[in-house]
Amino acid sequence: MRTSTTAKTAALAVALATLALVTPAPSRSADPGPIKVALLAPTSGSAAAAGHDMVAGWELFWKEHGGKAGGRTIQTTVYDTASNAAHALDQARHAVEQDGAQVVVGPYLANEGLAVAPYTVAHRIPLFLPTVSADDLSQRQASAFIIKVAGWSSSLPTHVAGVWAYEQGYRKVATLANSYAFGYENAGGFAQTFSEKGGKIIDQVWAPLGTADYSPYISKIQADKPDALFVEMVGADAVHFLQQWSSLGLKSKIPLIANETTTDQSNIRSIAPEIVEGITSFGHFAEGRDAAPTRAFIDKYGKAEGVLPSYMATSFYTAAQWIGQAIDKIHGNTGDAGMFLGAVRQIKLAESAFGPMVLDQYGAPVENVYVRKVVATSGDAAKYAKTWNVVIKTYPHVSQFWTYKVADYLKQPVYSPSFQGYTK
Amino acid sequence: MGIQFYVQNALGGLAYGSLLFLIASGLTLIFGLMRIINLAQTAFYLLGAYIGLSLVGQGWNFWLAGLAGGVLTMALGLAVYSAFLHRYHADPLTSLLLTLGFALILDDGILARWGGDPHAIAPPAMLGGSITVGSLVFPQYWLALIGISFLIAAIMFLSLQRTMLGVIIRASVDDEEMARGLGVDVNRAFYIVFAAGALIAGLGGMLGGPITSAYPGLDGELLPLAFAVVIVGGMGSLTGAFVGSLLIGLVNAFGKAMFPELSYFTIFVPVALIMAFRPQGLFGRKL
Repeated sequence: MRTSTTAKTAALAVALATLALVTPAPSRSADPGPIKVALLAPTSGSAAAAGHDMVAGWELFWKEHGGKAGGRTIQTTVYDTASNAAHALDQARHAVEQDGAQVVVGPYLANEGLAVAPYTVAHRIPLFLPTVSADDLSQRQASAFIIKVAGWSSSLPTHVAGVWAYEQGYRKVATLANSYAFGYENAGGFAQTFSEKGGKIIDQVWAPLGTADYSPYISKIQADKPDALFVEMVGADAVHFLQQWSSLGLKSKIPLIANETTTDQSNIRSIAPEIVEGITSFGHFAEGRDAAPTRAFIDKYGKAEGVLPSYMATSFYTAAQWIGQAIDKIHGNTGDAGMFLGAVRQIKLAESAFGPMVLDQYGAPVENVYVRKVVATSGDAAKYAKTWNVVIKTYPHVSQFWTYKVADYLKQPVYSPSFQGYTK
Repeated sequence: MGIQFYVQNALGGLAYGSLLFLIASGLTLIFGLMRIINLAQTAFYLLGAYIGLSLVGQGWNFWLAGLAGGVLTMALGLAVYSAFLHRYHADPLTSLLLTLGFALILDDGILARWGGDPHAIAPPAMLGGSITVGSLVFPQYWLALIGISFLIAAIMFLSLQRTMLGVIIRASVDDEEMARGLGVDVNRAFYIVFAAGALIAGLGGMLGGPITSAYPGLDGELLPLAFAVVIVGGMGSLTGAFVGSLLIGLVNAFGKAMFPELSYFTIFVPVALIMAFRPQGLFGRKL
């Protein structure tokens, strides 16, 4: 049954491909039609909340700008990846081969991104990654066809965190992170710069994604007696961890150095303020940043969605802004992929909801990293949330390679449980 | 690792085990009686949590909201049972697919109604604090949850052992055909057990909420653990569900604390051992 369906699909694909070959290409003067964008987002499954935010951010921008750039209509189709890497790849194929998508934006999870990237690269389709932060997609596996537009690399903010932690006087730090690529890269960035300064990583605990009960991990960390804990958590895991960290009495005893996602607005908005207030974290976005573009964006987003934006929503809004500028610049001629990608790479956002952003030659942004603190909202933002992340210090113009020589950095392996940037 | 490490993990393990009991008790009784493997049991838990959460948001008291969540979940469970499932008892494969379907429908319904953000559930204010003994700090609510689950377990045991309904259920589990032959209304027991399973799971959603919070996909994460409990304890045995829950809870806590990189492995070691040496489970009848 399954084989025959596959065979039929294959036959159909061959027939269509032949048809495409014999059909003459449209002449230049003809109406080029809309630019078809495939937005891969997990609108169901474990990352559905993130998927919703991504779509909301993307659509907010195009609604404001009449859905057009460079004189052409931007026709976005949302494809649900179901938070699943294999499904994300199927959807990318469907978008490109059956629906004729010319640009792919998304998906969300690192494993989805790693599954989709080889396919889009092989088909020479531009892939824009506003939220997929897997280090290697802009390092050891960088490609001309992959750009982290308005995005980041997982270890970019945590390299800063390691240096900062040492400067605060912490000398013995434990790390707690989820046992998958994103967790390894977040913890690795921290561990490398912290230990190079002279600090000691005394324990590294990996918890599987989807852990409801963090108390065993927390008791292990407590027994380690660290000066501080570096923590990476995502989604529901962040909610569990933060609640349990506070109710097990450690919030007032061991300082937390959190990564960006742990205290992202999408997590802290449902948690009682006393559980999260005062936590320090490192990110490329801070919804409470006191700057005009950020204020304007959270105000718009609040009016549209009734909540403050997560970094995911902001990434997709800013990515739309970025790609829109590039399409304007080349007058909508996205058919020439080289020219299109070149235009995207040359855009410099002097200001955005994130702050200034430019791309390095590997397709990752050089951007601000904020030392953030969760505090009670004030002003108009109080209408939309109880707490938010404000900036206590800005590290401007941070590269994914931190201060290392690019060639040296690329010689070391990508962060994993066995390589965390220091000798154990 | 001092005494505090052990006490804290023992208490944490018992609390998590108590939570698992609220799910697994219904699962095991429903299977024991009707041969229905209810894959929607953890979706019932999640639904109860979300209903409770919404009611608390409207100013309801935590316990009342939990109870209302349980009762509404029970109503849904009864509707599902009487409209579809009752035809397929003793037909594990069909009922398995049916309950899987309902779990998926519930999941998507929850996503559409409540969105995908994780929702923290705060414990009731009077149990919101922590108990401190020396350097040991433990959330009051977790202790309360252990107490509540033990209480629910006691009520279930007494109902099974001391009431006419309990006699009927036990008789039907042991030999349904003979019970029917003696004129026992077995079908009524089916409805009651399915309803009770849904009620306790729905109530459990709110009671366990301060630990698990509520988010789409939680049901899928709890389901393997609930099945581990049922397999270890023995299908159809309430005692088994009770002992199995606490055992899995403790293994989970100590396994993660001592060998964090092996966390899934440690939970399923007891399952594998039981399957190999005592396939009917600790308290199950011989297969």
